[in-house]
Amino acid sequence: MWLYEKKLQYPVRVYNRDLRMAKFLMAQYGGPDSELSAAVRYLTQRYTMPTNKAKGLLTDIGTEELAHWEIIGTMIYRLLQGATPEQLRREGLGSYFALHDQAVYPADANGVPWTAAYIQATGDPVADLHENLAAEQKARATYERLIRLTDDPGVKDTLRFLREREVVHFQRFGEALNDVQEEMARKKIF
Amino acid sequence: MDPKQAQMLREIQALEFVAVELTLYLDTHPGEQEPLNDYNTVAERLNQLKAHYERTYGPLAAYGSSPVEHRWRWIEEPWPWEVQY
Ligand SMILES: [Fe+2]
Repeated sequence: MWLYEKKLQYPVRVYNRDLRMAKFLMAQYGGPDSELSAAVRYLTQRYTMPTNKAKGLLTDIGTEELAHWEIIGTMIYRLLQGATPEQLRREGLGSYFALHDQAVYPADANGVPWTAAYIQATGDPVADLHENLAAEQKARATYERLIRLTDDPGVKDTLRFLREREVVHFQRFGEALNDVQEEMARKKIF
Repeated sequence: MDPKQAQMLREIQALEFVAVELTLYLDTHPGEQEPLNDYNTVAERLNQLKAHYERTYGPLAAYGSSPVEHRWRWIEEPWPWEVQY
């Protein structure tokens, strides 16, 4: 089971309401390489991992991704806070408002709802871990673009933290992949 | 959130971040002694700090993770998405 902690993993400081930025951040909330995709991907793949290192790592990174999903959700919530329908409409969120008001719905920056089709669990640990390495790089690249889309120092700071986490996850997945491949080679020999 | 509470929460977040980072590292390097020692040092400080925070500001976790005195403060504001740092 999971134990919820009533705190964010990293602080969210939003200095100014920025409706467009809220919309852009949906990329990491409900997009293909979002934190939600990451969490569901890893927590799904872990069942069929052959080594304890990979099972442990997918459980723990999957859990951390849920905390990142909460951070992004909080940023969107705060960036939208207090906006009027007229302001939302002017800033390109009229259709979002029509469907969701100010709820934080898992869709991407273009309004496309999140789908499990974004992720894969093949039952092949080498294929799955390669997917995860790619996913971490895509998330890193998305964060770098998002950082360029805002001037808010608070938003930038939190996005930089999240970007760094993708780099660390990539590193750990690489180690888990090596371990899985060594294990498979051992099995072939004996 | 009052500055003292925010400050303590910041310290908990920083310490727990180190604990998360060490957890992931140890998952792929379970035989290494030095990160394990660091993990234990951080875990002890983190538990002390959390206990202190919870006595003053209410629980950080429910489901029986720590005893609750007087009244049920778990549902009190602010929720994580409402905190002003
Ligand atoms: Fe990640």
